[in-house]
This record gives sequence, structure tokens and C-alpha cells, in this order.
Amino acid sequence: MSETPGDLRYSRNHEWARANDDGSITIGITDHAQDQLGDLVYVEVPEPGREVEAEEACAVVESVKAASDMYAPIAGTVIEANEALADKPEVVNQDAYGEGWLIRLKPSSSDALSGLMDADAYREFVESE
Amino acid sequence: MGKKTPLYETHQAMGAKLVDFAGWDMPVHYGSQIEEHHIVRRDAGMFDVSHMTVVDLVGSEARPFLRHLLANNVDKLQEKGKALYTCMLNEQGGVIDDLIVYFLEESWFRLVVNSATRDKDLDWIVGQASAFGVDVIEQSHLAMIAVQGPRARDKVLPLLDEANRQAAADLKPFYGEEHGDWFVARTGYTGEDGFEIMLPEDQAAGFWSALKENGVQPCGLGCRDTLRLEAGMNLYGSDMAESVSPLVSGLNWTVGWRPQERDFIGRVALQRQRDAGPKEKFVGLLLEDKGILRNHQRVVVEGAADGEITSGSFSPTLGCSIALARVPAQTGERCQVEVRGRLLAARVVKPPFVRNGKALVELK
Repeated sequence: MSETPGDLRYSRNHEWARANDDGSITIGITDHAQDQLGDLVYVEVPEPGREVEAEEACAVVESVKAASDMYAPIAGTVIEANEALADKPEVVNQDAYGEGWLIRLKPSSSDALSGLMDADAYREFVESE
Repeated sequence: MGKKTPLYETHQAMGAKLVDFAGWDMPVHYGSQIEEHHIVRRDAGMFDVSHMTVVDLVGSEARPFLRHLLANNVDKLQEKGKALYTCMLNEQGGVIDDLIVYFLEESWFRLVVNSATRDKDLDWIVGQASAFGVDVIEQSHLAMIAVQGPRARDKVLPLLDEANRQAAADLKPFYGEEHGDWFVARTGYTGEDGFEIMLPEDQAAGFWSALKENGVQPCGLGCRDTLRLEAGMNLYGSDMAESVSPLVSGLNWTVGWRPQERDFIGRVALQRQRDAGPKEKFVGLLLEDKGILRNHQRVVVEGAADGEITSGSFSPTLGCSIALARVPAQTGERCQVEVRGRLLAARVVKPPFVRNGKALVELK
């Protein structure tokens, strides 16, 4: 069974979002998503400064088998991207909610996360899929 | 719910992730497809390939029948047990399937064909066989386990019964031998040494477990694909198809042109293509930029028509992306591939990329 930490919010596209103390939001793909994809071999993240809309494709994660877009779960400006994944994409498989984060956003609105699911709702969503 | 091999429950118990493969529920990996890939290159891994179709051809005219049915020349098989890789063509010279044929007795040959093409293959073979009075007998009660890797032979031999052990220990590459109900062949689809073992389905789970006990890693079909791609081995349905000639699929070497008078199905069409000179060729690509090559991506060659990737993936052994591709005949040493809207630089190389654990292409 995949992990779903209680302190995160989740999207229907299998991204997670964490509210940081400085108001920024860290985003990655869920443990369920990495498990479905299998071994990742290539990750492409956006340049800092890029503005993204909610649901906009902004990163690419490729496993041996297939390429997948990562969609921004909320609108905002990219302030940092996890460049280390270029050389070590497998970190997303190993630590999806920690070292395997993809981008950090400055959200466009202050209640940006309110539209996302909590852990219980996401677990139910995964089971219903 | 798909079809299940005799090892289905064993796979579940051993933690396999199962996916649909041509109507069968098959393991794609047991945790990490890349680790399984490395284990086959460095040690020994095993694959359940029981979904593949084993067909015996029985009758005094079996050899003449195969001379007609197969593009490669079955007369290359003069020693009992010897195997031959070949295409089975239609009249237009398109590939119905690729297969391995084993010579067991003058009146008994064994074919191993792809599971995804089983129905059309059997229809075609049965249709052609009647004129020769050859019986076509599918051996669906046989399971098949491929054990591959530099240490595969050492780990398999102690587990075989006396007769099979002696025979298997002496097998030369690309030979097979039957003892009792077991058929052991020194063949595979990974570019490594090893065996493909056909055995009665009720003994498959026990043998699989014994192999695991003896240090053989269960592997899924995921790494089987990256292993065969590195080994430059074609996959039916991706690298060749009914609408495509073997001459532009890197399979010219499998066509038995001599003797000239051998009248195999598709010969006339192939000869015409050969005389005209194929406009395309089949090559390996090594991606120099970052990214992953995928099936059907467009290959851009300066001053020529576009080509297409037929199989693309990540090479765990080389640590970069590789592909097989059909490109214009005049393609030189470099090309570009359109990957997710961008043109990336690739180098044209001659497959295989990897054999027996060693890289055969230069990485820059």
C-alpha cells in the first residue's frame, strides 16, 4: 500500500502539495504515482521564474516505460526546481515526499490549497480509480 | 481478467506487479525493473515466458514444408537440436511473425512463436501445412522459463535431473535437447548466456521456486524489453510488422537467399525489393542529449525524408537512451529525433549496443 502523509494536500493528477512556513508551496508526485510509473530514468523541471496556471503541465517524469507530465496543482510562480533530479531521477521513487520533490511555487492566491484533497479524500480517490 | 500462466500464483506470492500483456496477466517487475536488468547482465535472472506459443510440426514432409514456410533456410539445421531464428513471411514479403525453429527429428520440428500473434500464426501454419500432410500440434501444456545471465548455467544445472543436466551442460549456444518431458535450449532474448526451459506446467512452480532458492532473481517482462533492446534484438509488432519488409527491419541476415531455387513464401516480393535497393535501413540510435527516445518518434535526417523510431527506451547498462529506428538509406552518422516537441541530437550506431555484459558502442 502506498504512503499518503496526513499533512499534505493532493490533486486528482497525483501530485502532492506542502505549505511551507514562508508561504511557498512545495510540489511533487505521490508515492502512488511513482509506484504506477515504475523506475524513473529522466526528470525535467521548469526554470525558476516561470508562471504556471493550475492544471498546466510544468514538469516531465519519465520511467523506463513511459513519459508523464506533471501538472501544477495550483497557480503560481516557480521559485525553485529540484535540479538534483536530473542526475538522480530515482530519488523520486525512493523518497517521493522528501528529496524527490519537484518544484517550489509562490502561489497566486493565499488559499490556493483549499481546492485540493486531504489525505483521506485522496486515498479514497485512488481506490475508486 | 487475462489468461494466466501456471506461474501466476507464484508471481503474486513473490510480489510481482502484474500487467496485461497480449491478453495475459504477466509480471512487469518484482520491485525494480532496472535492478532486475542489472542482475541479468551481472548474475542470473529468470522470466516466465509460458505465454509464448510452442508448436510442433510432425510428419515425414516437415522439412520440405519448412523450406517453403520460412524465410531462413531450414536446411541450415543438419545437427539434431540445432535452432534457427527466422521470419515467417506473407506473399508480399511482410513479416507475419518471427520465430525460432528447433530440429528434433527428421519428422519433428518445434517452433516457438509470439503469443500476441498466436491465432494468426496457427491459422497461417495450418493453412500451409495441409498440402504437405504435416500435423501442427500446439504444446499448450508446456510452461516455459528463461534463465539468463553470466551465472545462469551454473545456477540451473544442479537443479536438473541427471539426463537433462548432462545434456544441458554440453549444449552449444543455439541448441536444444529434450529428455523426459523437459526441453532445455541454450537460447534467449537478452544478449546473455542462459537457457530457455520448457517443462510440464504442473512442475513449473516447483522449478521456479528452486531456481529462486538457488539465487536466481525473478524478473518481469519490463526488463526483458530493455535487455533485448540493448542486445539489438527485434520485437515483433514494434520493429517489424506484416506491412514491413525484413530487409528494412535489420533482418536481411535471416533471409536464406541460397539456394536460388528454394521457393519460400514471400521470396518473389523480397527479391524484387532487393533488386530495387531498399530506400530505408534499420539502425541503432544513441541519444546524446538528455531525454528518452520512444517508439514512433520522428527521426530527422538532413536532406532526406523522415525516419521513425521503432523501439526506444532507456538503457540501464549504458545509462542513456537508445533506440532502434528505420531511417532513410542515405542517413549518415548523425540525426535528430523529435522528442516532446524538441529536436535532440542522436548518433547512428550499429546494433547490438550490449552483449554479454559489455557495451559495444562507444559513449562520448
